[in-house]
Amino acid sequence: MIDEKFDVIVVGAGPAGNAAAYTMAKEGLKVLQLERGEYPGSKNVQGAILYADALEKIIPDFREDAPLERHVIEQRMWMLDDNSYVGMHYRSEDFNEEKPNRYTIIRAQFDKWFSRKVRDAGAVVLCETTVTELLRDTRGKVIGVRTDRAGGTIMADMVVLAEGVNGLVGQRAGLRKELKPDAVALAVKEMHFLPRETIEARFNLKGNEGVVIEIMGTVTNGMTGTAFIYTNQESLSVGIGCMVSDFVKSDTSPYALLEAFKNHPSIKPLLAGSEIKEYAGHLIPEGGYKEIPELYGDGWLVVGDAGHFVNAVHREGSNLAMTTGRIAAETIVWLKRRRDPFIADNLAEYARRLEQTFVMKDMKKYKDIPNFLHAKADTVFGLYPRLISKAAQTWFRVDGVDKRTKEKEILQSFRKGRTLTGLIGDAFKLARAWR
Amino acid sequence: MTMDMTTVKVEEKLYTNRYLVDAGRPHIKVRPHETPSAGLLALTHTCPAGCYALNDKGQVEVTPDGCVECGTCRIVCEPSGDIEWNYPRGGFGVLFKFG
Repeated sequence: MIDEKFDVIVVGAGPAGNAAAYTMAKEGLKVLQLERGEYPGSKNVQGAILYADALEKIIPDFREDAPLERHVIEQRMWMLDDNSYVGMHYRSEDFNEEKPNRYTIIRAQFDKWFSRKVRDAGAVVLCETTVTELLRDTRGKVIGVRTDRAGGTIMADMVVLAEGVNGLVGQRAGLRKELKPDAVALAVKEMHFLPRETIEARFNLKGNEGVVIEIMGTVTNGMTGTAFIYTNQESLSVGIGCMVSDFVKSDTSPYALLEAFKNHPSIKPLLAGSEIKEYAGHLIPEGGYKEIPELYGDGWLVVGDAGHFVNAVHREGSNLAMTTGRIAAETIVWLKRRRDPFIADNLAEYARRLEQTFVMKDMKKYKDIPNFLHAKADTVFGLYPRLISKAAQTWFRVDGVDKRTKEKEILQSFRKGRTLTGLIGDAFKLARAWR
Repeated sequence: MTMDMTTVKVEEKLYTNRYLVDAGRPHIKVRPHETPSAGLLALTHTCPAGCYALNDKGQVEVTPDGCVECGTCRIVCEPSGDIEWNYPRGGFGVLFKFG
């Protein structure tokens, strides 16, 4: 199909692949990017929040023409029990700045834009092409890919695997192990359309201001997971996700969970009257640092979700994807200029550079959190939200009971619900995992 | 939280999506079996697109037309060989308008 040989083939056109392809093409490398979707973005799913910093380091003036929905001026964190939520909100006029920090985006549109930039930078982007396997020479070095197109072998000096969470190419080539059900979350999401005035009135916004609501509590039915509502210009992204292993053990379906979430008394009014235009499902690699696979080898390296680069605690992923894509690309460009071959020893520079960035520092910081949440799912996502909600209600309800008695009642409910040793143990374990 | 699963119809959700079905080339196959494994049975409620269902012989069948290509079933059931999972051919399958 394609006789020319490329410097680099990038597999996948999500944030990681686009960051890598763009960076290398801009530096003059001969880049081919392969994407199995009809257009870049057609297979991609995210909440979605765009973190400006990561993109700015790749395309400094992206705000000029990127399809951005709203810039985030308010963050809400809600803890739900069956009838209530306890919330912490942070809203600041400081987020109405010249170069806002976070935006809501719609991935199919954003990825199309990013891909156009990749093409403009000089890369060849080929869609509707699924990579089926890696080609290797006799010594095992990766020298190209096979695709599902007729006669579809393409040669390159280097392959960047940006194939996402379901990284079949790398897995089937034995570059990394199959994901474990307790290291991935399954999230489902709907797009709810509403007039922009309705969104602005409901969420206390004006112009392009946006709100992000991150939610945990009894809505995940005792499973480790979270839910979210993000405001776009004329739609709301509404979703919920839990660990795959938890879904398997439960008898809950993801769509029933989403439906129950949407009908929660604190959520329902926010969505009232909306028209749903899409339902998506996607996996999120949430195993943390311990699940990061081998990142490079002779003739290949891996970036983004395929490399398990997600900070589940802070709900960050696309910025880690773009950053790993960019660092990988910069490493490849650097090696190419030095005329160093793309062998494992030289590509180790990619991992060394990553260590210096927030990506690896944050992944390491939270390395023990997945295990903590796993051991404590019922407590963290069920018991505590209930106890905290009950405490708030006791505190705020005026009913002739004196305040000292109310304080006692609250303390007792916690000691009864979790025991003093349990409370201290949880705090201690969380502190240790967080450190 | 109580959840009445029977009232939720996933078909209505999938109806909003765009698909290009590769007729006659399903990208997921279930290995023929007499009685399904625990993992395979779990897919009947875990699949977010409701692609897995029991037939009247108590075997699990897959109809991947509404598949959203998340890969959950692959992670749960491919290691045991219960299912075979491949990406649809380039261009086929779900086409997210928003993602």
